[in-house]
Amino acid sequence: MLVAAWAAPWLKFVLTIALAKGIAALGILLLLRAGQVSFGHALYVGLGAYTVAFLAPAMPELLLLLPLAALAAAALGLVVGLFVARYREIFFGMLNLALSMVFWSVLEKFYAITKGTDGIRVEVPRVAGAALQGETYEWTVFGIALALAFGFAAFARAYLASPMGQALAGIKTRETRLEFMGIGARRVLLAAYVLSALMAGCAGALIAMTTRHVTPLLAYWTASGELVFIAILGGAGGVLGPFLGAVTYELVRIYAAAIIADAWQAILGAVLLLVILFAPGGLWGMIAGLFRRRAAPATRGTMP
Amino acid sequence: MFGWFEENGLLLGLALLDGLASAALIFLVAVGLNLVFGVLRVLNVAHGSLYAIGAYVAASLGIAFASGGLPPWASFAALVIAAALVGAVLGPAIEGLLLRRVYGQEQVLQLLVTFALFMILEDVQKLVWGVQPVHHDAGLRWLGTVDVPFGTDVIPFTAYQLFVLPGVAVLTLVGLAWFLRRTLTGRVIVAVTTDREAATAMGIDARRVYLLTFTFGAALAALGGALSSPTAALVPGIGAQTIVLSFAVVATAGLGQIEGAALTALLIGIGRSIAVYFEPELEVVVPYLIMVAVLLVRPQGLFGVVETRRV
Repeated sequence: MLVAAWAAPWLKFVLTIALAKGIAALGILLLLRAGQVSFGHALYVGLGAYTVAFLAPAMPELLLLLPLAALAAAALGLVVGLFVARYREIFFGMLNLALSMVFWSVLEKFYAITKGTDGIRVEVPRVAGAALQGETYEWTVFGIALALAFGFAAFARAYLASPMGQALAGIKTRETRLEFMGIGARRVLLAAYVLSALMAGCAGALIAMTTRHVTPLLAYWTASGELVFIAILGGAGGVLGPFLGAVTYELVRIYAAAIIADAWQAILGAVLLLVILFAPGGLWGMIAGLFRRRAAPATRGTMP
Repeated sequence: MFGWFEENGLLLGLALLDGLASAALIFLVAVGLNLVFGVLRVLNVAHGSLYAIGAYVAASLGIAFASGGLPPWASFAALVIAAALVGAVLGPAIEGLLLRRVYGQEQVLQLLVTFALFMILEDVQKLVWGVQPVHHDAGLRWLGTVDVPFGTDVIPFTAYQLFVLPGVAVLTLVGLAWFLRRTLTGRVIVAVTTDREAATAMGIDARRVYLLTFTFGAALAALGGALSSPTAALVPGIGAQTIVLSFAVVATAGLGQIEGAALTALLIGIGRSIAVYFEPELEVVVPYLIMVAVLLVRPQGLFGVVETRRV
């Protein structure tokens, strides 16, 4: 990825966005483990992005803005989570959708504060006190995104292996049994929800710092659908799936838009359909399957 | 208090009339979505796109009829033909080619199949009808306006929105309730909704019921769109707006409720249009605020039935 970003400078921008969306999709993956689909996580992406946009003039320091955006999203995630963790499946999805739409329309309609659909321009923040210019700044944000992506992926892997993470899968299979074991399903889901909000907030902050312009579209429900799309495209089986999905998503989008300007959405939709119908494990599942097939003859010999 | 009414009474009356008309449209879309979800257990994200395509086809047909020299009332035929056409063509195509392959799979995959379809249909609309507003309202203008007495004043309101839209919605509500409860096919649909396995064991062809229900739901969405086409210019994005609104209605009403969906559509339609006239910033928020408030108090929706938990 580093090589690709170095070889083609325009790719750096795309890859930074892809990494950010991958982080958000990783949060979706946590919820998917519990069998719950949020069609509203763009709310937290939008919140993270707007937090950066609002605070940047007063406090132009990337290393402060990023954690603050993530914390703001996590705090809202806690409040909303206390409410939505009581619901499952369709109701869970719809409530998330509803709340994100409320946020979106607040962003869009209260022009005096949010500048409506015009959006807000984000000035280049300092990094650790140093004022960086153009290329250097872009590389720094890319590096931070990459580091965060690795950090979150490692964390999610450890989390899913921990009792809290294992209990998530319990919510999916049979929640009542989980409660018979004395584990509060709501608390398990709430913890995952707050984590996913935090990741989405981080993603939003990164997007705001990369595109340097935030609009309400970041929080529209189709953006939430995009995150679920990325999680499934990459494959919900492993923590690297969302990043694979995000990179593929962004690249397909750019090439599709370059070939047929008005049909990039349709092309992405077709790709998604193909993946669901023919590779339900996602791209990561396909790659893992290839490796398994290659490894299979070797293991067959050792079988007693 | 009375002073407020004297000042804003007329506006409130207009908001109520507008709300009634938009509630009728929301109901048509939401009831189709609800029906499809009840039977197929798939929440169709592309349902709003069917609404949009229904609207575009109706407008195109209306324009073609008008340029063919047909009288203005023919554009009403265009509305019905558009709805039937979209339902009959896209309904079986979507159900048979796509949804049928993912029944019994994870819910998120089913949801995403319809999301992918939504993305495709959104672009298809742009490719076929472009991004410029499309508008045809010969039928609406032909019916003229009615002076609705309101207190001491009168409110001029289009007859189309006053009579045709609520009329079709009420007819659909009564017809659907009768169909589902009194006819064999309707009862078969209800049986599959309640317990698919038992229904299949009784010899009901669930596949046929799925196909039928989806086609019917698609036609209802397209009808909603077709009926809406004379009242506003069509622009890209109406499908995305409509679907989230009807999600709100379905979730607020509770799944599988028909009369409930009608009442909720009324509540949300009027609530929204009151917001349009008095606090325009809140227009989009009101439906969701209603939904969140209802679900806080009644997690299964206003008219929903509590499902027993599996152990």
